[in-house]
Amino acid sequence: MTDSRNQAVPAGEPMLDRRDERVAHAATFGDTIRAFLDRIRSGDLGMLPVIIGLIIIWTVFSILNPVFLTPNNLVNLLFDSSTVGIISLGIVCMLMVGEIDLSVGSVSGVASAILGVLWVNHGVPAGFAILAAVAFGALVGFIYAQLYNRFGMPSFVVTLAGLLTFLGLQLWLLGSTGSINLPYGSPLVRFGQLLVMPAAVSVILAALPGVLMLYTGFRTAARRKAAGLSSQSSAAIVTRAVAVTVVAEIVVAYLNQGRGVPWMFGLFVGLVFAMQYALTRTRWGRSMFAVGGNREAARRAGINVRMIYTSAFVACSTLAAFGGVMAASRLASSSQQAGTGDVNLNAIAAAVIGGTSLFGGRGSAYSALLGIIVIQSISSGLTLLDLSSSLRYMITGGVLAIAVIVDSLARRSRVSHGRA
Amino acid sequence: MTDTLQGAPASGAPVLSLRGISKHFGAVSALTEIDLDVHAGEVVALVGDNGAGKSTLVKILSGVHQPSAGTIQFRGETVTLNDPSAALSLGIATVFQDLALCENLDVVANIFLGRELDPLRMDEVTMETRSWQLLNELSARIPSVRAPVASLSGGQRQTVAIARSLLLDPKLILLDEPTAALGVAQTAEVLDLIERVRDRGLGVVMISHNMEDVRAVADRIVVLRLGRNNGEFAPDASNEDLVSAITGASNNSVSRRAHRRHAQAAPHAPEAGQ
Repeated sequence: MTDSRNQAVPAGEPMLDRRDERVAHAATFGDTIRAFLDRIRSGDLGMLPVIIGLIIIWTVFSILNPVFLTPNNLVNLLFDSSTVGIISLGIVCMLMVGEIDLSVGSVSGVASAILGVLWVNHGVPAGFAILAAVAFGALVGFIYAQLYNRFGMPSFVVTLAGLLTFLGLQLWLLGSTGSINLPYGSPLVRFGQLLVMPAAVSVILAALPGVLMLYTGFRTAARRKAAGLSSQSSAAIVTRAVAVTVVAEIVVAYLNQGRGVPWMFGLFVGLVFAMQYALTRTRWGRSMFAVGGNREAARRAGINVRMIYTSAFVACSTLAAFGGVMAASRLASSSQQAGTGDVNLNAIAAAVIGGTSLFGGRGSAYSALLGIIVIQSISSGLTLLDLSSSLRYMITGGVLAIAVIVDSLARRSRVSHGRA
Repeated sequence: MTDTLQGAPASGAPVLSLRGISKHFGAVSALTEIDLDVHAGEVVALVGDNGAGKSTLVKILSGVHQPSAGTIQFRGETVTLNDPSAALSLGIATVFQDLALCENLDVVANIFLGRELDPLRMDEVTMETRSWQLLNELSARIPSVRAPVASLSGGQRQTVAIARSLLLDPKLILLDEPTAALGVAQTAEVLDLIERVRDRGLGVVMISHNMEDVRAVADRIVVLRLGRNNGEFAPDASNEDLVSAITGASNNSVSRRAHRRHAQAAPHAPEAGQ
């Protein structure tokens, strides 16, 4: 190791982060593949299990029933995924700080009840009704956070109490009728059931991630080079961007064979990207990872740990309430069944299946997207096979158990291989 | 107790000067009338038995506890340290015994934790460059600043914790048991690191139970016993003097043990006194 104190890197000197000759750095394409395999072997699985799982599930179901992979079935699948997926995005926030929210189903149910009561029964404009429902979610999260921070109640107890409380509130709000039908033909219900992107818009939107990857990739590479750090090669940046664009465009083209890409799914994916940015590129997100990884270290580093917990609780309940509004628009009703049954566990299972650790400090917003597609694929495939919900529950439960086992094993392997 | 200071103190006014610091926890007096000076470019070792008040003193200096009495002068001015951030902003950095690192985050994220550049769009490139600068100034051997801290050895983690404390350009660094959990080679690396920090002109206060490490790196050894000053020694002071200052008697369990071993080993190795 050279003992250089210069900031700029003179010609011929190795780059700032390439001076330790003990470390092997991937130089060629083969090295990159090998580094990737090493990472997998040491338990740093990332998105791999969920992608493999998805391929298996899709293969099995399309063999059992060819309808499964038809464009229109997949479009329906995306409609259904969006509502619980938004709820699951909130769960990702909670898991990130190592806590859990068991009441997201009930909160989403109350939100849909508030929407129905205010909008249909009291004639409040739909926009205000949605706002009220989402604000209610934020309030719930804030109350949870106060109970957690001030009284030290474990999050699963706080939210278990919330689960019952808000289930009761939902039943009380809906009263004896039990369900309120939302007007067909209203923009909200059309958004939840019908509205799809025009083909051209979906093609353009699908190209957006690739373009962004190119832009940020080259910008970062240039800045790193200027600062004397190693940077990604142009070939690698272009390859990745092209791969992402090709996959996205194929998916979109296939969906456009059917009804097209739902706007609601577009909204969900937009939220996922926004959350991913917030988690990885902002101080708030870094603090979330830190609190989930080592709460005491975060406190001593000057992070306001209570505020981070509060933000996680509020984000989770708010997204749950928003997901509830979307579910109401999807079903065109606010019913006593909304948010009950498997909504809760599907949302949590999606986040875990997608690769967000139950142990805190690891995960990404993408896990909500991939995880919910797995869950909905199972659900949709079993429905197509005319299997009852009893079997569906059992199979989804089994998949969740497998996902948690994979998470635990990967964690153990990471510890023994010296990865976080 | 005799003051056997022989080494020349570092030049100039002290960076830190404590006068008559006392700390009571209810009826317990953890510290009584402590005086301590630390100069720039000087390593002061704080030694003492369990319960001597070393950690309490460090916690007062890092702003975790507030003294019951006495004055703290930092760079010539009397200061009050109400909380950890007050100490940090004055330029007093602390490396805690358990390091307080987030194992799931990489080295850069740990060094900048809570002080990230550009909160809404973190400037990773500048943060990484600055991290390498800090680590290079310490001649640290870290394979990659993008590796999670979990993959680093104990010595490397200690290095990261010290680098983090240097980020805010402190004038004084407090190290609580920096070598307690380390192997032989890693201990040597951390001691090298402490010397480099001193060579940068910083004042260093180091708590340690390991007399060998203390002698190796300290310019002055300050002994605390039962919350009181109990002598100041140069690093070449004899082991018996140090031990008797720490335990408070010339006839103590350590000296008795040494005496026994000395008697046994006498025919073969007359100098064996440890």
